[in-house]
Amino acid sequence: MRVEIDEPKCVASGQCVVASPEVFDQRDEDGVVIVLDAAPAPALHDAVREAAAVCPAAAIRLVLE
Amino acid sequence: MDTSPTATVPGYPMPRAAGCPFDPPPAVEELRAAPLAKVRIWDGSTPWLITRHADQRALLNDPRVSIDDRRPGFPHVTAHRAGRAHSTPRMVTNTDAPDHTRLRRMVTGPFLVKRVEAMRPAVQGIVDRVIDDMLAGPRPADLLTALALPVPSLVICALLGVPYRDHAFFHHNSSRALDRSLPPEEAEAAGQALIGYLDRLLREKLADPADDTLSDLGARVTAGEMSHDEAVHMGVALLIAGHETTATMISLGTLALLRDPGRLAALRERSEDPKAVAGAVEELLRYLTIVDSALRRVALADIEIGGATIRAGDGLLFDLAAANRDPDAFTGDPAALDPDRPARHHQAFGYGPHQCLGQSLARLELQVVYGTLYRRIPTLRLAVPFEEIEFLPDGITYGVRALPVTW
Repeated sequence: MRVEIDEPKCVASGQCVVASPEVFDQRDEDGVVIVLDAAPAPALHDAVREAAAVCPAAAIRLVLE
Repeated sequence: MDTSPTATVPGYPMPRAAGCPFDPPPAVEELRAAPLAKVRIWDGSTPWLITRHADQRALLNDPRVSIDDRRPGFPHVTAHRAGRAHSTPRMVTNTDAPDHTRLRRMVTGPFLVKRVEAMRPAVQGIVDRVIDDMLAGPRPADLLTALALPVPSLVICALLGVPYRDHAFFHHNSSRALDRSLPPEEAEAAGQALIGYLDRLLREKLADPADDTLSDLGARVTAGEMSHDEAVHMGVALLIAGHETTATMISLGTLALLRDPGRLAALRERSEDPKAVAGAVEELLRYLTIVDSALRRVALADIEIGGATIRAGDGLLFDLAAANRDPDAFTGDPAALDPDRPARHHQAFGYGPHQCLGQSLARLELQVVYGTLYRRIPTLRLAVPFEEIEFLPDGITYGVRALPVTW
Protein backbone atom coordinates (compact mmCIF):
# COMPACT_ATOMS: atom_id res chain seq x y z
CA MET A 1 0.00 0.00 0.00
CA ARG A 2 1.25 3.45 -0.93
CA VAL A 3 -0.23 6.62 0.66
CA GLU A 4 -0.71 9.63 -1.62
CA ILE A 5 -1.96 13.06 -0.62
CA ASP A 6 -3.76 15.67 -2.68
CA GLU A 7 -2.41 18.52 -0.56
CA PRO A 8 -4.44 21.42 -2.03
CA LYS A 9 -7.58 19.57 -0.94
CA CYS A 10 -6.46 19.11 2.68
CA VAL A 11 -8.57 21.16 5.12
CA ALA A 12 -6.52 20.24 8.18
CA SER A 13 -9.33 18.47 10.00
CA GLY A 14 -6.70 16.15 11.52
CA GLN A 15 -8.99 13.13 11.31
CA CYS A 16 -6.21 11.08 9.66
CA VAL A 17 -3.96 11.76 12.66
CA VAL A 18 -6.61 10.48 15.06
CA ALA A 19 -7.19 7.35 12.97
CA SER A 20 -3.55 6.54 12.22
CA PRO A 21 -0.98 8.57 14.17
CA GLU A 22 1.85 6.30 13.00
CA VAL A 23 1.34 7.32 9.39
CA PHE A 24 -0.05 10.88 9.51
CA ASP A 25 0.87 14.11 11.26
CA GLN A 26 -0.04 17.79 10.84
CA ARG A 27 2.17 20.70 9.82
CA ASP A 28 2.65 22.99 12.84
CA GLU A 29 1.69 26.28 11.20
CA ASP A 30 -1.61 25.32 9.58
CA GLY A 31 -2.41 21.68 10.30
CA VAL A 32 -1.97 20.47 6.72
CA VAL A 33 -1.28 16.74 6.52
CA ILE A 34 2.24 15.32 6.63
CA VAL A 35 2.77 11.68 5.65
CA LEU A 36 5.22 10.08 8.06
CA ASP A 37 5.24 6.69 6.34
CA ALA A 38 4.17 6.54 2.68
CA ALA A 39 4.52 2.74 2.54
CA PRO A 40 3.02 1.60 5.85
CA ALA A 41 3.47 -1.94 7.13
CA PRO A 42 0.47 -4.30 6.70
CA ALA A 43 -0.34 -4.08 10.42
CA LEU A 44 -1.20 -0.41 9.90
CA HIS A 45 -3.36 -0.85 6.79
CA ASP A 46 -6.72 -1.00 8.58
CA ALA A 47 -6.00 2.26 10.42
CA VAL A 48 -4.76 3.91 7.21
CA ARG A 49 -7.93 2.82 5.39
CA GLU A 50 -9.98 4.37 8.19
CA ALA A 51 -7.93 7.56 7.90
CA ALA A 52 -8.70 7.76 4.18
CA ALA A 53 -12.38 7.03 4.82
CA VAL A 54 -12.84 9.72 7.49
CA CYS A 55 -10.91 12.43 5.61
CA PRO A 56 -13.68 14.98 4.98
CA ALA A 57 -11.96 16.34 1.88
CA ALA A 58 -11.13 12.96 0.30
CA ALA A 59 -7.51 14.14 0.13
CA ILE A 60 -5.94 10.73 0.93
CA ARG A 61 -5.51 8.21 -1.86
CA LEU A 62 -4.38 4.65 -1.21
CA VAL A 63 -2.60 2.88 -4.05
CA LEU A 64 -2.57 -0.87 -3.66
CA GLU A 65 0.61 -2.44 -4.96
CA MET B 1 -40.60 13.79 -14.63
CA ASP B 2 -42.13 15.36 -11.56
CA THR B 3 -45.34 17.03 -12.62
CA SER B 4 -47.01 17.03 -9.20
CA PRO B 5 -48.51 20.33 -8.11
CA THR B 6 -46.22 22.38 -5.89
CA ALA B 7 -48.72 22.11 -3.04
CA THR B 8 -47.63 18.47 -2.54
CA VAL B 9 -44.02 19.42 -1.90
CA PRO B 10 -43.56 18.88 1.84
CA GLY B 11 -42.42 21.70 4.07
CA TYR B 12 -38.99 21.65 5.70
CA PRO B 13 -37.97 21.50 8.49
CA MET B 14 -40.40 18.74 9.39
CA PRO B 15 -41.88 17.99 12.84
CA ARG B 16 -40.53 15.20 15.02
CA ALA B 17 -42.89 12.48 16.21
CA ALA B 18 -44.51 12.99 19.62
CA GLY B 19 -42.72 10.95 22.27
CA CYS B 20 -39.60 10.40 20.10
CA PRO B 21 -37.53 13.49 20.88
CA PHE B 22 -34.20 11.88 19.92
CA ASP B 23 -35.34 10.63 16.53
CA PRO B 24 -35.33 12.54 13.24
CA PRO B 25 -38.78 13.42 11.86
CA PRO B 26 -40.34 10.24 10.41
CA ALA B 27 -41.15 12.06 7.15
CA VAL B 28 -37.46 12.90 6.70
CA GLU B 29 -36.44 9.27 7.19
CA GLU B 30 -39.05 8.16 4.64
CA LEU B 31 -37.36 10.38 2.06
CA ARG B 32 -34.26 8.13 2.17
CA ALA B 33 -36.21 5.80 -0.16
CA ALA B 34 -35.12 8.06 -3.05
CA PRO B 35 -31.83 9.88 -3.54
CA LEU B 36 -33.50 13.26 -4.03
CA ALA B 37 -36.72 14.91 -2.89
CA LYS B 38 -37.93 18.48 -3.23
CA VAL B 39 -38.93 20.26 -0.04
CA ARG B 40 -40.41 23.70 0.54
CA ILE B 41 -38.53 26.07 2.86
CA TRP B 42 -39.49 29.32 4.63
CA ASP B 43 -39.28 31.57 1.53
CA GLY B 44 -41.41 29.26 -0.64
CA SER B 45 -38.45 27.97 -2.65
CA THR B 46 -38.10 24.23 -3.24
CA PRO B 47 -34.51 22.99 -2.90
CA TRP B 48 -33.54 19.32 -3.01
CA LEU B 49 -33.21 17.43 0.26
CA ILE B 50 -30.42 14.84 0.35
CA THR B 51 -30.88 12.22 3.05
CA ARG B 52 -28.62 9.24 2.23
CA HIS B 53 -25.19 8.97 3.83
CA ALA B 54 -23.35 8.02 0.60
CA ASP B 55 -25.07 10.72 -1.48
CA GLN B 56 -24.23 13.38 1.10
CA ARG B 57 -20.57 12.36 1.09
CA ALA B 58 -20.40 12.47 -2.70
CA LEU B 59 -22.15 15.83 -3.06
CA LEU B 60 -20.53 17.61 -0.09
CA ASN B 61 -17.16 16.85 -1.67
CA ASP B 62 -18.21 17.75 -5.22
CA PRO B 63 -16.57 20.90 -6.64
CA ARG B 64 -19.81 21.55 -8.58
CA VAL B 65 -21.53 22.15 -5.22
CA SER B 66 -21.02 25.60 -3.65
CA ILE B 67 -21.44 27.08 -0.17
CA ASP B 68 -21.36 30.65 -1.57
CA ASP B 69 -24.58 32.08 -0.15
CA ARG B 70 -24.54 35.10 -2.48
CA ARG B 71 -25.32 32.89 -5.48
CA PRO B 72 -28.90 32.86 -6.82
CA GLY B 73 -30.77 29.75 -5.73
CA PHE B 74 -28.89 29.35 -2.44
CA PRO B 75 -31.41 28.00 0.11
CA HIS B 76 -30.91 30.29 3.10
CA VAL B 77 -31.76 29.04 6.58
CA THR B 78 -33.66 32.17 7.67
CA ALA B 79 -34.72 35.56 6.30
CA HIS B 80 -32.11 37.06 8.62
CA ARG B 81 -29.29 35.09 7.00
CA ALA B 82 -30.63 35.77 3.49
CA GLY B 83 -30.60 39.48 4.26
CA ARG B 84 -27.04 39.34 5.56
CA ALA B 85 -25.49 37.31 2.72
CA HIS B 86 -24.23 40.31 0.76
CA SER B 87 -22.90 42.24 3.75
CA THR B 88 -21.10 39.34 5.46
CA PRO B 89 -17.40 39.33 4.56
CA ARG B 90 -15.85 36.38 2.79
CA MET B 91 -15.04 33.73 5.39
CA VAL B 92 -14.73 29.97 5.81
CA THR B 93 -18.48 29.56 6.06
CA ASN B 94 -19.34 31.14 2.69
CA THR B 95 -16.44 30.47 0.31
CA ASP B 96 -15.38 27.57 -1.91
CA ALA B 97 -11.87 26.40 -2.73
CA PRO B 98 -9.36 27.90 -3.33
CA ASP B 99 -10.44 30.95 -1.22
CA HIS B 100 -11.87 28.66 1.44
CA THR B 101 -8.68 26.62 1.68
CA ARG B 102 -6.58 29.76 2.21
CA LEU B 103 -8.98 31.22 4.82
CA ARG B 104 -9.42 27.94 6.67
CA ARG B 105 -5.69 27.36 6.98
CA MET B 106 -5.44 30.74 8.76
CA VAL B 107 -7.53 29.46 11.65
CA THR B 108 -6.61 25.77 11.85
CA GLY B 109 -3.56 26.34 14.10
CA PRO B 110 -5.30 26.11 17.49
CA PHE B 111 -7.32 23.08 16.37
CA LEU B 112 -4.40 20.82 15.45
CA VAL B 113 -4.99 17.39 16.96
CA LYS B 114 -1.78 17.54 19.00
CA ARG B 115 -2.56 21.05 20.30
CA VAL B 116 -6.09 20.03 21.28
CA GLU B 117 -4.78 16.88 22.97
CA ALA B 118 -2.32 19.05 24.93
CA MET B 119 -5.37 20.86 26.37
CA ARG B 120 -6.74 17.65 27.92
CA PRO B 121 -5.38 18.27 31.45
CA ALA B 122 -6.71 21.86 31.40
CA VAL B 123 -10.13 20.69 30.19
CA GLN B 124 -10.17 17.96 32.86
CA GLY B 125 -9.40 20.67 35.44
CA ILE B 126 -12.27 22.83 34.18
CA VAL B 127 -14.71 19.90 34.22
CA ASP B 128 -13.65 18.89 37.75
CA ARG B 129 -14.05 22.45 39.05
CA VAL B 130 -17.46 22.89 37.42
CA ILE B 131 -18.64 19.57 38.91
CA ASP B 132 -17.26 20.64 42.34
CA ASP B 133 -19.29 23.85 42.10
CA MET B 134 -22.42 21.99 41.04
CA LEU B 135 -22.06 19.52 43.92
CA ALA B 136 -21.61 22.41 46.36
CA GLY B 137 -24.71 24.16 45.02
CA PRO B 138 -28.43 23.56 45.47
CA ARG B 139 -30.32 20.44 44.43
CA PRO B 140 -32.00 20.06 42.02
CA ALA B 141 -29.73 21.87 39.59
CA ASP B 142 -30.13 22.78 35.92
CA LEU B 143 -27.39 20.75 34.23
CA LEU B 144 -27.50 23.08 31.23
CA THR B 145 -26.53 26.22 33.15
CA ALA B 146 -24.55 24.44 35.90
CA LEU B 147 -22.31 22.35 33.62
CA ALA B 148 -23.21 21.96 29.94
CA LEU B 149 -22.81 25.67 29.10
CA PRO B 150 -19.96 26.59 31.50
CA VAL B 151 -17.58 23.83 30.34
CA PRO B 152 -17.37 24.67 26.62
CA SER B 153 -17.73 28.39 27.35
CA LEU B 154 -14.72 28.34 29.70
CA VAL B 155 -12.71 26.35 27.14
CA ILE B 156 -13.50 28.55 24.12
CA CYS B 157 -13.03 31.73 26.19
CA ALA B 158 -9.54 30.59 27.20
CA LEU B 159 -8.68 29.58 23.63
CA LEU B 160 -10.02 32.76 22.00
CA GLY B 161 -9.10 35.19 24.78
CA VAL B 162 -12.70 36.22 25.56
CA PRO B 163 -13.49 37.14 29.20
CA TYR B 164 -15.69 34.40 30.68
CA ARG B 165 -17.49 36.99 32.84
CA ASP B 166 -19.33 38.01 29.63
CA HIS B 167 -20.79 34.52 29.15
CA ALA B 168 -24.41 35.47 29.86
CA PHE B 169 -24.19 38.18 27.20
CA PHE B 170 -22.66 36.06 24.44
CA HIS B 171 -24.75 33.00 25.17
CA HIS B 172 -28.00 34.99 25.10
CA ASN B 173 -27.11 36.68 21.81
CA SER B 174 -25.75 33.49 20.18
CA SER B 175 -29.03 31.69 20.88
CA ARG B 176 -31.07 34.58 19.50
CA ALA B 177 -28.93 35.09 16.41
CA LEU B 178 -29.55 31.42 15.49
CA ASP B 179 -33.23 31.20 16.48
CA ARG B 180 -35.41 30.46 13.44
CA SER B 181 -38.55 31.49 15.32
CA LEU B 182 -37.40 35.09 15.92
CA PRO B 183 -38.30 37.99 13.60
CA PRO B 184 -35.30 38.75 11.33
CA GLU B 185 -34.69 42.16 12.90
CA GLU B 186 -34.34 40.64 16.38
CA ALA B 187 -31.91 37.95 15.18
CA GLU B 188 -30.04 40.68 13.32
CA ALA B 189 -29.80 42.81 16.49
CA ALA B 190 -28.39 39.84 18.41
CA GLY B 191 -25.86 39.18 15.63
CA GLN B 192 -24.85 42.84 15.59
CA ALA B 193 -24.39 42.83 19.38
CA LEU B 194 -21.90 39.96 19.01
CA ILE B 195 -20.11 41.69 16.12
CA GLY B 196 -19.79 44.89 18.18
CA TYR B 197 -18.50 42.91 21.16
CA LEU B 198 -15.84 41.03 19.14
CA ASP B 199 -14.88 44.28 17.39
CA ARG B 200 -14.10 45.89 20.76
CA LEU B 201 -12.22 42.79 21.95
CA LEU B 202 -10.15 42.59 18.76
CA ARG B 203 -9.16 46.27 19.16
CA GLU B 204 -8.05 45.51 22.72
CA LYS B 205 -5.97 42.55 21.51
CA LEU B 206 -4.40 44.67 18.78
CA ALA B 207 -3.33 47.20 21.42
CA ASP B 208 -2.30 44.59 23.97
CA PRO B 209 -1.73 41.14 22.39
CA ALA B 210 -1.95 37.98 24.51
CA ASP B 211 -1.33 34.28 23.86
CA ASP B 212 -4.76 33.55 22.39
CA THR B 213 -6.51 33.06 19.05
CA LEU B 214 -8.06 36.55 18.87
CA SER B 215 -4.57 38.03 19.24
CA ASP B 216 -3.37 35.69 16.45
CA LEU B 217 -6.22 36.95 14.24
CA GLY B 218 -5.18 40.50 15.16
CA ALA B 219 -1.62 39.74 14.06
CA ARG B 220 -2.95 38.56 10.67
CA VAL B 221 -4.91 41.82 10.33
CA THR B 222 -1.72 43.80 11.08
CA ALA B 223 0.18 41.67 8.55
CA GLY B 224 -2.46 42.44 5.89
CA GLU B 225 -3.53 38.79 5.56
CA MET B 226 -7.13 39.47 6.53
CA SER B 227 -9.29 42.55 7.10
CA HIS B 228 -10.42 43.70 10.54
CA ASP B 229 -14.01 42.90 9.57
CA GLU B 230 -13.07 39.35 8.49
CA ALA B 231 -11.25 38.77 11.79
CA VAL B 232 -14.25 40.02 13.77
CA HIS B 233 -16.66 37.73 11.91
CA MET B 234 -14.27 34.78 12.34
CA GLY B 235 -14.13 35.53 16.07
CA VAL B 236 -17.94 35.57 16.28
CA ALA B 237 -18.17 32.26 14.38
CA LEU B 238 -15.60 30.59 16.65
CA LEU B 239 -17.26 31.88 19.81
CA ILE B 240 -20.75 30.73 18.79
CA ALA B 241 -19.65 27.39 17.35
CA GLY B 242 -17.35 26.82 20.31
CA HIS B 243 -19.95 26.82 23.05
CA GLU B 244 -23.48 26.38 21.74
CA THR B 245 -23.00 23.02 20.00
CA THR B 246 -20.91 21.30 22.66
CA ALA B 247 -23.25 22.50 25.40
CA THR B 248 -26.13 20.93 23.51
CA MET B 249 -24.26 17.63 23.13
CA ILE B 250 -23.49 17.56 26.87
CA SER B 251 -27.08 18.20 27.96
CA LEU B 252 -28.86 16.12 25.32
CA GLY B 253 -26.30 13.29 25.60
CA THR B 254 -26.79 13.17 29.37
CA LEU B 255 -30.57 13.14 28.93
CA ALA B 256 -30.33 10.26 26.41
CA LEU B 257 -28.13 8.29 28.82
CA LEU B 258 -30.35 9.03 31.84
CA ARG B 259 -33.22 7.58 29.82
CA ASP B 260 -31.21 4.43 29.12
CA PRO B 261 -29.81 3.48 32.57
CA GLY B 262 -28.19 0.25 31.33
CA ARG B 263 -26.12 2.19 28.78
CA LEU B 264 -25.28 4.83 31.38
CA ALA B 265 -24.10 2.18 33.88
CA ALA B 266 -21.99 0.48 31.19
CA LEU B 267 -20.38 3.79 30.26
CA ARG B 268 -19.76 4.68 33.93
CA GLU B 269 -18.03 1.36 34.51
CA ARG B 270 -15.73 2.02 31.57
CA SER B 271 -15.05 5.68 32.44
CA GLU B 272 -11.32 4.98 32.80
CA ASP B 273 -11.10 3.33 29.34
CA PRO B 274 -10.39 6.16 26.86
CA LYS B 275 -11.32 3.99 23.85
CA ALA B 276 -14.69 3.06 25.31
CA VAL B 277 -15.46 6.68 26.20
CA ALA B 278 -14.34 7.91 22.76
CA GLY B 279 -16.56 5.27 21.12
CA ALA B 280 -19.53 6.38 23.21
CA VAL B 281 -18.89 10.00 22.18
CA GLU B 282 -18.97 9.04 18.47
CA GLU B 283 -22.17 7.04 18.90
CA LEU B 284 -23.88 9.85 20.82
CA LEU B 285 -22.78 12.34 18.14
CA ARG B 286 -24.32 10.04 15.50
CA TYR B 287 -27.47 9.19 17.43
CA LEU B 288 -28.31 12.76 18.48
CA THR B 289 -26.99 14.73 15.46
CA ILE B 290 -27.75 18.01 17.16
CA VAL B 291 -27.20 20.20 14.05
CA ASP B 292 -30.86 20.49 13.24
CA SER B 293 -31.13 22.87 10.32
CA ALA B 294 -29.59 21.01 7.34
CA LEU B 295 -26.35 22.02 5.64
CA ARG B 296 -27.03 24.31 2.71
CA ARG B 297 -25.41 24.48 -0.73
CA VAL B 298 -26.21 25.47 -4.32
CA ALA B 299 -25.36 23.50 -7.48
CA LEU B 300 -23.00 25.22 -9.95
CA ALA B 301 -23.64 22.73 -12.78
CA ASP B 302 -26.00 19.90 -13.66
CA ILE B 303 -25.25 16.85 -11.49
CA GLU B 304 -26.56 13.33 -12.05
CA ILE B 305 -27.23 11.36 -8.90
CA GLY B 306 -29.03 8.03 -8.57
CA GLY B 307 -30.81 8.47 -11.92
CA ALA B 308 -32.04 11.96 -11.06
CA THR B 309 -30.65 15.32 -12.16
CA ILE B 310 -29.82 18.32 -10.05
CA ARG B 311 -29.82 21.43 -12.26
CA ALA B 312 -27.32 24.26 -12.07
CA GLY B 313 -28.73 26.86 -9.66
CA ASP B 314 -30.77 24.35 -7.64
CA GLY B 315 -30.54 24.65 -3.86
CA LEU B 316 -29.40 21.63 -1.86
CA LEU B 317 -30.19 20.75 1.76
CA PHE B 318 -28.33 17.99 3.58
CA ASP B 319 -30.22 16.51 6.52
CA LEU B 320 -27.39 15.16 8.67
CA ALA B 321 -29.64 13.23 11.06
CA ALA B 322 -31.17 11.30 8.16
CA ALA B 323 -27.70 10.26 6.96
CA ASN B 324 -26.68 9.29 10.48
CA ARG B 325 -29.68 6.91 10.71
CA ASP B 326 -29.05 5.41 7.24
CA PRO B 327 -29.11 1.58 7.55
CA ASP B 328 -26.82 1.34 4.51
CA ALA B 329 -24.11 3.19 6.44
CA PHE B 330 -24.34 1.79 9.98
CA THR B 331 -24.41 -1.75 11.31
CA GLY B 332 -27.26 -3.05 13.47
CA ASP B 333 -30.31 -0.88 14.11
CA PRO B 334 -29.37 2.76 13.44
CA ALA B 335 -32.40 3.88 15.48
CA ALA B 336 -30.83 2.41 18.63
CA LEU B 337 -28.19 4.03 20.83
CA ASP B 338 -25.35 1.50 20.92
CA PRO B 339 -21.96 2.77 22.14
CA ASP B 340 -20.27 -0.41 20.87
CA ARG B 341 -21.27 0.31 17.26
CA PRO B 342 -18.51 1.56 14.92
CA ALA B 343 -19.83 5.09 14.33
CA ARG B 344 -16.71 7.08 13.54
CA HIS B 345 -17.90 7.76 9.96
CA HIS B 346 -21.00 9.65 11.15
CA GLN B 347 -21.72 13.07 9.69
CA ALA B 348 -22.62 14.93 12.88
CA PHE B 349 -19.78 17.37 12.09
CA GLY B 350 -20.83 17.55 8.44
CA TYR B 351 -18.62 16.31 5.63
CA GLY B 352 -16.50 17.78 2.87
CA PRO B 353 -14.06 20.69 3.12
CA HIS B 354 -16.38 22.62 5.45
CA GLN B 355 -16.57 19.88 8.06
CA CYS B 356 -16.47 21.35 11.59
CA LEU B 357 -13.17 23.12 12.24
CA GLY B 358 -13.41 22.54 15.99
CA GLN B 359 -14.38 18.87 15.94
CA SER B 360 -11.23 17.69 17.76
CA LEU B 361 -11.87 20.19 20.54
CA ALA B 362 -15.53 19.16 20.74
CA ARG B 363 -14.53 15.50 20.97
CA LEU B 364 -12.03 16.26 23.72
CA GLU B 365 -14.60 18.17 25.77
CA LEU B 366 -17.24 15.47 25.34
CA GLN B 367 -14.78 12.69 26.20
CA VAL B 368 -13.77 14.46 29.39
CA VAL B 369 -17.36 15.29 30.41
CA TYR B 370 -18.86 11.87 29.62
CA GLY B 371 -15.83 10.17 31.22
CA THR B 372 -16.06 12.25 34.40
CA LEU B 373 -19.61 13.37 35.17
CA TYR B 374 -21.32 9.99 35.61
CA ARG B 375 -18.33 8.56 37.51
CA ARG B 376 -18.23 11.48 39.94
CA ILE B 377 -22.02 11.65 40.37
CA PRO B 378 -23.15 8.01 40.04
CA THR B 379 -26.62 8.82 41.42
CA LEU B 380 -27.29 11.56 38.85
CA ARG B 381 -30.94 11.49 37.78
CA LEU B 382 -33.68 13.65 36.31
CA ALA B 383 -35.44 15.86 38.86
CA VAL B 384 -38.63 16.01 36.77
CA PRO B 385 -40.52 13.40 34.73
CA PHE B 386 -38.95 12.93 31.28
CA GLU B 387 -42.19 14.13 29.68
CA GLU B 388 -41.72 17.57 31.25
CA ILE B 389 -38.39 18.23 29.53
CA GLU B 390 -38.85 20.99 26.96
CA PHE B 391 -37.02 20.55 23.63
CA LEU B 392 -36.00 23.42 21.36
CA PRO B 393 -37.04 22.77 17.76
CA ASP B 394 -36.24 26.24 16.34
CA GLY B 395 -32.49 26.59 16.69
CA ILE B 396 -29.56 25.68 14.50
CA THR B 397 -28.94 23.02 17.14
CA TYR B 398 -31.59 20.83 18.76
CA GLY B 399 -31.37 20.87 22.51
CA VAL B 400 -33.34 21.30 25.73
CA ARG B 401 -34.41 24.54 27.40
CA ALA B 402 -33.24 23.23 30.78
CA LEU B 403 -32.21 19.89 32.27
CA PRO B 404 -33.27 19.68 35.93
CA VAL B 405 -31.20 16.98 37.65
CA THR B 406 -30.57 15.84 41.19
CA TRP B 407 -28.33 13.25 42.87
